[in-house]
Amino acid sequence: MKHGASWGRYPTVEQDTIPLYWRDQPLPDKPSMLAYGQGRSYGDVCLNDGAVILPTANLQRFIQFDSDKGILRAEAGVTLAQILSLVMPKGWFLAVTPGTKFVSLGGAVANDVHGKNHHRAGSFGCHVSAFELLRSDGQRLLCSPEQNEDWFKATIGGLGLTGLISWVEIKLKPITSFHIDQQVCCFANLEEFLALNDVMERDWEYTVAWIDCLAKGRKLGRGLYMAGNHADDKELAIKTIDEPALTMPVDAPGFLLNRYTVKSFNTLYYQKPRKHVSNVHYDSYFYPLDKIAHWNRMYGKRGFFQYQCVIPMAKSQHALSQILQAIAKSGQASFLSVVKKFGENLPPGLLSFPRPGITLAMDMANRGDKTLRLLDQLDEITMQNNGAVYPAKDARMSGLAYKSYYPEWQTFSQYIDPKFSSSFWRRVTSSTGQQ
Amino acid sequence: MKNILILGATSAIAERFAQRYANQDCRFYLVSRNQIRLDNVADDLRVRGAKDVITESLDLTETSGHNHFMTSVIGRLEHIDIALIAYGSLSNQPACEGDSELSLKELNTNCLSVISLLTLLANVFEKQASGCIAVISSVAGDRGRQSNYIYGTAKGALTIFLQGLRNRLDRKGVHVLTIKPGFVDTPMTQDFKKGLLWVSPKSIAKGIENAIKRKKDTVYLPFFWRYIMLIIKFIPERIFKRMSL
Ligand SMILES: Cc1cc2nc3c(=O)[nH]c(=O)nc-3n(C[C@H](O)[C@H](O)[C@H](O)COP(=O)(O)OP(=O)(O)OC[C@H]3O[C@@H](n4cnc5c(N)ncnc54)[C@H](O)[C@@H]3O)c2cc1C
Ligand SMILES: NC(=O)c1ccc[n+]([C@@H]2O[C@H](COP(=O)([O-])OP(=O)(O)OC[C@H]3O[C@@H](n4cnc5c(N)ncnc54)[C@H](OP(=O)(O)O)[C@@H]3O)[C@@H](O)[C@H]2O)c1
Repeated sequence: MKHGASWGRYPTVEQDTIPLYWRDQPLPDKPSMLAYGQGRSYGDVCLNDGAVILPTANLQRFIQFDSDKGILRAEAGVTLAQILSLVMPKGWFLAVTPGTKFVSLGGAVANDVHGKNHHRAGSFGCHVSAFELLRSDGQRLLCSPEQNEDWFKATIGGLGLTGLISWVEIKLKPITSFHIDQQVCCFANLEEFLALNDVMERDWEYTVAWIDCLAKGRKLGRGLYMAGNHADDKELAIKTIDEPALTMPVDAPGFLLNRYTVKSFNTLYYQKPRKHVSNVHYDSYFYPLDKIAHWNRMYGKRGFFQYQCVIPMAKSQHALSQILQAIAKSGQASFLSVVKKFGENLPPGLLSFPRPGITLAMDMANRGDKTLRLLDQLDEITMQNNGAVYPAKDARMSGLAYKSYYPEWQTFSQYIDPKFSSSFWRRVTSSTGQQ
Repeated sequence: MKNILILGATSAIAERFAQRYANQDCRFYLVSRNQIRLDNVADDLRVRGAKDVITESLDLTETSGHNHFMTSVIGRLEHIDIALIAYGSLSNQPACEGDSELSLKELNTNCLSVISLLTLLANVFEKQASGCIAVISSVAGDRGRQSNYIYGTAKGALTIFLQGLRNRLDRKGVHVLTIKPGFVDTPMTQDFKKGLLWVSPKSIAKGIENAIKRKKDTVYLPFFWRYIMLIIKFIPERIFKRMSL
């Protein structure tokens, strides 16, 4: 058994690793397995304590690319970075991309990831036209919106539990430039954010905002709004990188991230003079954190948590201010806090996270019980307001909370492969997870 | 356009190598035993920009077919810019110790059949008076060790054969490259515990491309294996024989 952890470096597990090399390969004969992409999930959805994970990094072959229609079929271990290197020079881009390009196709499907254009494009799964699902009994199901439709829905956002996705076919979107026209503006509080967002969403394809989690009182919810559109300057020839460059070689000592350092970071960031409109490289617009490989080590050995929730529109302002207040009061600073409005697009997966409302995501250093208590408190608020928390970023929510966020979990259960499981799934569905 | 012949094209190292060349205006001729996997590799190379990919499924350890095979390669490629020999099997040393047939079979897979192919290839390259013959040997061939000396013997003999071949072909304008990887994380070494010295097949592939460009004779990959092997070769035999490496 080998030591394992995901991006948040919490929890840590002991698991066996059986890498997959070929898509025609049968699955190993093991009682409990789970596909593992790039381990860019923060919690335990990609971990299988005491059992087996199947790394897919070697399933890295392209299968077919129709560069006229923008349809790409590739093995599930291919990363979004590898896809961009191939398709961008030909004038195509991902229809939906998360905040890092170092995730696998399989992982993007299994978490049904979202991006800054959710209000227009929906989630990743909306652009998946087909995939193959390999079950432990050897069955290979070709899944699409027309074929094996129920398996298609269960597997998108299905947290890897329905079996192994061996390849995926996606629809790309046409672009004419590597650049993004970006506009940045400030807002003073949540109310202003919502008003600004309504205006900006009409003209901008990508929208996201950064919130200063330490501001209190009148300044509660102040932040920066960042909107972007693909530029039209016909610049498609820039070299792209498909592997992380700089590394953060050692763990930062925990004290580096105390409340004062984060506070000064946040104030600096907020006050940093910014051009209002600029033309930036797509990497720095979509993937600012990818510039530093293993930035997660910044949080030290104990790791960190992400909390990402979505609150339905009607209750969002109220619930988000409660959440921000709780965080400000606890003094547990969040380094990065991001808000974004999800559009009305219904999610394609049975257990997909994105749903109409406002989503808030933040990092929090692991300070043990104190942090866990705060996160439970945030769950209370999210539950009361009919929201949901994103499993891809979770390492601690209770079974009760999970079941209230994902009432479809029981319907979903019938699609679980009897030989697939995860630390996450056992945690949120075990009987001890009930309280 | 470059013509690249790869024997053992489904090897993880060979596949990453081919991917590096795929968008450099190349035509590939890929050989291995498994047609389905060859097709997987070929499709990938096409998407990445390969001008043309020919595949042939063949057990290259069957030397009786080599003449016929080389004729068909020449028939379809005319000129070979790079020939990479990558197939091989990490012999099970304890099993070989109890089975002389198996030992000979392993020697054939990793050495004799390769020498047979190189003999034919050498004449083709000699005639065209250009191009590169690149062969994956191993650091294991630098010194015999109790843990894998059948594999080591095969790779060591192969290394010596390549020295001779280089000596013969250099004056004809043919580049002969001996590649000596250390520990590479591939299906061949799937069951090994991986430590600090392990590298990805991708980085080996990059090293091979560089060595071809710079017309190196022998390349250790990663480079530090040159020094590790220097030390290992330096240990006097009377001490070495008592060590368990
Ligand atoms: C810096 C950063 C920014 C991020 N930004 C966003 C964002 O903006 N939006 C967003 O939605 N997410 C975001 N994420 C989360 C990330 O996109 C998801 O966790 C994604 O699913 C990770 O993909 P992965 O390949 O690393 O999969 P892993 O984390 O390895 O696995 C994720 C899940 O996919 C399953 N899986 C993986 N491969 C397969 C397969 N072949 N078959 C079946 N199941 C499989 C696993 O079992 C697991 O359940 C971000 C993460 C980071 C580190
Ligand atoms: N991995 C390492 O640590 C390492 C270190 C030093 C040197 N090398 C050498 O690097 C080369 C490539 O190896 P790799 O690590 O990339 O391994 P790999 O991915 O396991 O590939 C091995 C290749 O050899 C073929 N093969 C395996 N057994 C065979 C047999 N009995 N007869 C004929 N063909 C056989 C396979 O092709 P088919 O089954 O499709 O025919 C496959 O293409 C080999 O020569 C190996 O000795 C590897």
